[in-house]
Amino acid sequence: MEHSSRYIVLFAAAVCGVCSIFVAVSAVALKDRQERNKKIDVQSKVLVLAGLLDEDADVSPDQVERLFSERIVPRVVDLETGAYLDDIDGSGLDPKALAADPKTSHEAPPNPAKVRRIPEYTVVYQVMSDDGQLREVILPVQGKGLWSTLYGFIAIGADGNTIEGITFYEHGETPGLGGEVDNPRWKALWKGRKAFDPNGRVAIHVKKGRAGPPQSDPYAVDGLSGATMTSRGVSNLLAFWLGEQGFGRYLEHFRTEMSGGRA
Amino acid sequence: MATKTREVVLDPLFNNNPIALQVLGICSALAVTTKMETALVMAVAVTAVTAFSNAAVSAIRNYIPASIRIIVQLTIIASLVIVTDQILRAYLYDVSKQLSVFVGLIITNCIVMGRAEAFAMQNPVRISFLDGVGNGLGYGLILIVVAFVRELFGSGKIYGVTVLTPVTEGGWYIPNGLMVLAPAAFFLIGCFIWAVRSWKTEQVEEEFHVGALLEPGHEGHIR
Repeated sequence: MEHSSRYIVLFAAAVCGVCSIFVAVSAVALKDRQERNKKIDVQSKVLVLAGLLDEDADVSPDQVERLFSERIVPRVVDLETGAYLDDIDGSGLDPKALAADPKTSHEAPPNPAKVRRIPEYTVVYQVMSDDGQLREVILPVQGKGLWSTLYGFIAIGADGNTIEGITFYEHGETPGLGGEVDNPRWKALWKGRKAFDPNGRVAIHVKKGRAGPPQSDPYAVDGLSGATMTSRGVSNLLAFWLGEQGFGRYLEHFRTEMSGGRA
Repeated sequence: MATKTREVVLDPLFNNNPIALQVLGICSALAVTTKMETALVMAVAVTAVTAFSNAAVSAIRNYIPASIRIIVQLTIIASLVIVTDQILRAYLYDVSKQLSVFVGLIITNCIVMGRAEAFAMQNPVRISFLDGVGNGLGYGLILIVVAFVRELFGSGKIYGVTVLTPVTEGGWYIPNGLMVLAPAAFFLIGCFIWAVRSWKTEQVEEEFHVGALLEPGHEGHIR
């Protein structure tokens, strides 16, 4: 049947109106839950990396929040100077969003890790031991692998040099090959290795083949077989984020702070 | 009516499977089938979207102006997909992260659009809804079969539970790397189509001649 143009326009408008109301209502109604999911997700990744939570543990969001608030202190750090910005509350900040938002970041110079934007400030997570001592600090990192950008955290011990652990919470690498960055056995190889050589340069890297134990081969980690590009990506992103453009200055501060000097 | 209902729901499983016979929607079938969990969630999401979009299109089928019907169908489908995506993010956060863009890509899944145009535009609401459920299940069936094989041989697991311990975790099984890559799904879907057509020989196509696509029963060939 033929319809007048008027009818067609009105019909299209009505369909759009109804659909947009439907979409808007669901987006608004579910927003709080989604935001909370995201926050809990980041918090549990930090807790797992800090060794305070078992990876497969079945814990409620409330437990995660409580554990996080007891043992983790999120602090905001100015990357340029390496100093703390304590007037900004770090608990709700998302490091990934900070690096992506043009208001809080600037364009990065070309670099091997293919990091596009560097945040002005970002959040680091300080892990407290049972007796309230600062035990390690967890830094957000990101960089390109083969297909995708890897987003993760690296935990640095109280000496500002020893690696306590690494994790990638978001990536799109090939499952079974580059996706093995998720493999707990591979992640366990990082513990005890050193990030910086005695001259203070970033030395940690993923090598091709097998690395020795941390005592004799402190700067290298086993490569992932079948995933040369992902392995290289991990090396590059660590070189970037632990270096001058990333957390280099902050880590200097951190070391002075920990050795009793004033930050 | 009862037999028709059954036919509409069960036909798409083997007799008129959207992937195996109509060869629709294989793009996402490649992407989400490395693990059974994601395949299952994707199957449920597609079934829900197809069913509800069929029902919605059917409900207003007599009022849709013919000149803008495709865009109207797309608007409805797109809205349903966004809502589905929102719900997954709120209630199944981990799975929604793994499915990432593929939930959004249900919009372009030819099955949804194909059923809206081929079935819901001519049939009443209830039966259209069931047609959507049936086609979603037909799609889901293949997804789960493919995911089962890919997960078992690709990572030695069934629904996330390790069955064949791979060497990287101290076992004996060397995972088949091909299975975790997209081409494996092509081979498996090919085998599935072969198996179904050997069983139901009437599905074997005659040699191609011009006009074959216009014959009844082939209305689904949109791609």
